[in-house]
Amino acid sequence: MTAGNKKNGSHEIEPGNGALVARHRMLSGGVHVVPGAMVTPGGGHVVPPPAGRWFGALTHLLWPKWLSVRARARVPDRGRTGRVVLLGVLGLGFWGLVFGVLARVLRYFHSVEEIGALLAGKLLGVLLLSFLGMLMLSSVITALSSFFLARDLDLLVSGPVDWLTLYIAKLLETALHSSWMVALLALPIVTAYGVVYDGGWLYPLVALAGFIPFVLIPAAIGSALTLLLVNVFPARRTRDILGFIALFAAAGVVVLVRLMRPEQLARPEGFRSLVEFITVLRGPTSPMLPNEWLQRTIMGWLTGDFDPLSLYLLWSTAAVLIVAGAALHRMRYSVGFTKAQESTQRWAREGLAARVFTVLLKPLGILRRELVLKEFRLFFRDTTQWSQLILLAVLVVVYVLNIRLLPLTGDGVTLFIRNLIPFLNLALAGFVLASIAARFLFPGVSLEGRTWWLLRASPLPMREVLWAKFWMGTLPLLILAVGIIGVTNTLLRVDAFMFAVSVMTITFMTFALASLAVAFGALYPRFETENAAQIPTSFGGLIYMMSAVALIAGIIMFEARPVYAYLRARTFNEPIATGDLVLGFALAGTLCIVAIFAPLAYARRRLEAIER
Amino acid sequence: MIELRGLTKRYGDLAAVNGIDLKVPPGELFGFLGPNGAGKTTTLRMIAGILRPTAGSVRIGGIDLAADPIAAKRKLGYIPDRPFIYEKLTGMEFLRFVAGLFEQTGDPVERRGRELLALFDLEEWRDELVESYSHGMRQKLIIASAFIHRPEVIVVDEPMVGLDPKAARTLKDLFREYVRRGHTIMMSTHTLEVAQRLCDRVAIIQRGEIRAQGTLAELRAVAGSNGNESGLEEIFLRLTGERATRELVDVLDS
Repeated sequence: MTAGNKKNGSHEIEPGNGALVARHRMLSGGVHVVPGAMVTPGGGHVVPPPAGRWFGALTHLLWPKWLSVRARARVPDRGRTGRVVLLGVLGLGFWGLVFGVLARVLRYFHSVEEIGALLAGKLLGVLLLSFLGMLMLSSVITALSSFFLARDLDLLVSGPVDWLTLYIAKLLETALHSSWMVALLALPIVTAYGVVYDGGWLYPLVALAGFIPFVLIPAAIGSALTLLLVNVFPARRTRDILGFIALFAAAGVVVLVRLMRPEQLARPEGFRSLVEFITVLRGPTSPMLPNEWLQRTIMGWLTGDFDPLSLYLLWSTAAVLIVAGAALHRMRYSVGFTKAQESTQRWAREGLAARVFTVLLKPLGILRRELVLKEFRLFFRDTTQWSQLILLAVLVVVYVLNIRLLPLTGDGVTLFIRNLIPFLNLALAGFVLASIAARFLFPGVSLEGRTWWLLRASPLPMREVLWAKFWMGTLPLLILAVGIIGVTNTLLRVDAFMFAVSVMTITFMTFALASLAVAFGALYPRFETENAAQIPTSFGGLIYMMSAVALIAGIIMFEARPVYAYLRARTFNEPIATGDLVLGFALAGTLCIVAIFAPLAYARRRLEAIER
Repeated sequence: MIELRGLTKRYGDLAAVNGIDLKVPPGELFGFLGPNGAGKTTTLRMIAGILRPTAGSVRIGGIDLAADPIAAKRKLGYIPDRPFIYEKLTGMEFLRFVAGLFEQTGDPVERRGRELLALFDLEEWRDELVESYSHGMRQKLIIASAFIHRPEVIVVDEPMVGLDPKAARTLKDLFREYVRRGHTIMMSTHTLEVAQRLCDRVAIIQRGEIRAQGTLAELRAVAGSNGNESGLEEIFLRLTGERATRELVDVLDS
């Protein structure tokens, strides 16, 4: 027997048979196999390779990813320069904005003795907590794809790849995919802290040393959680359940932020004494969470009170979690992977509601009706999609609740302020809507990826595809937007003029944000992604969010002057400057109309050019 | 009818398809053969309107695809080599959706959908989501969808891959009957016996260019084969210069 002995279901590669090992290596795509190693079909490997060779095998597994990125960058692509320039401008603008605003706030804190550094630390804690939430959420989503759904797994699992190599390679992939956006967001923030508090040349290294385990911890937890779920539930259900896990993780972060009660810190008069206020500031908010350790590491370094314990806690927790995750992976991965390949049989008979819906859509004509029905069915039959609506509901409730909790009574709260808040509220609501559009509208074109051939080979104008994607997403978004603004305005008891302004603004803004989301989704499609939830975390998703923020800022900026003029006139009983009012609203309206039509027209041309 | 004039597709310096001229008249089943990477799929995808030619033109049923893509595509049914379809639709919903893309709806579509599903033994799966279909079942569903709107022309890329023997037989009979009724089919395949038995005429493409086209007898003459008994496989290997057997021995001996 030349290929080795069969022993307990595993193959032993005979020691000393150099030619055979070399042949085995060649067939397995160059993965290093140690002579004498026990290789099981599920990826088990009894004799671990020496550390140097193990590292070689790990880089070998990751090498194709790097080659793919490089190849993608080298493929000639018309219009790439334009897109890169757009990204550069938007990216630098966004970073500049975040850096500028934060640096200003931190400089103010820096000038306040005693409590300045404490406030800066608290602010960093809140930011890092939201980063931790984002990392947990995306780790869970990414781990399912990289460990169980990725297309390279058939090759890797069927090859003699050591289990530990596979685990580490996939863990790193998960960590990288789930964290790059957080890293981009964190960069201007961490830089602002370093610049204002003069962190010195070692500061970037300290921050990096803190951030690496901060990213690895959620990746290890997300991977382990996914592995357990895949072992317990059939794979198709796991995707659904992951939606709920993600929901609870996000809800947990929201609750934590609420428990911190950041608005309390803005009202020091609510405390009995300054000592009590400082005690609250000094106390840890979430001592068992990595965001607190990272915050203490960074602030400790910046204030000259560096305690290595925080850094030690970060690294040791990451190490323990990775070791535990590896052990779990060794025990359960092959069973889980097998389960993940199984499919379930599901029947889909439509009820009365669906039939009524079909009849209602009749006026749209055959083509549009079929496109809308298809979008509707695909969305509601994919539990990974609609389950996130629950998450949305939680976010909306928390949002409205926060508006209710705003301290709008007491000293200094004038009619001016009470009417100014709903106006600023528009910006926040716009951001929430942009995030929702990123999750539900942006992936629209990408999700057509594998079926793109059908749409291209059909007598179907591309504008119809965009039409269906746009309206299927915009209508629910509009109802939500007007609902949020209506309820919050009622809670804030704003006057009729401001009510009308905010409802009109949010309506236009919703159309513009939806159009941007669909268009950027078409401009930066991710046709190969298996998991819809991953698509908004792509490069294009980031550019969309930046453009959305720029659009919201532009609208608010244009409307600020007329709103201010109106509120001032009302407060001081002065005549209203109609010219200011008309000009401001006209500019905001024009911006919205351009943002609605121009991106869609550009996206249509782009769709017509897509060849796959 | 399909008419290709100087059809070219370039990717940078590489000419995947280089100046192809072809005419497939109504009532003909035309075979399109060639080694891997010869340009078959690229050509078919250009005819289907998925890829845009770098140069040249495609006419379907007399309509220029570039000038009036919607009208040209109305006459076309396309069956790709890889069966990717919407996983969350049922078989019947998918057929309805495809019919809707061609602006067809109502009882005729329902009736025809049922008949096509029954023809390919998919009737009992009609209300089941595509995600639970096997590769072969998906392929059969895509084939059924290409016939749902009664196209004038069908372009099909490797139709036999993944089909069980019964479905393969059904498909062959369906293709023959379809062209007998005056429709046009252009089919790429690696199964040379199928091409030999089914096709009225065959073209062999290599490195993006047509090496030869015609009936089996005409191809024999071009290839310089001896006698009338040489089959398509021998002609194919002669024309494409493949040395499969010798290479196989070389590899095994090395």
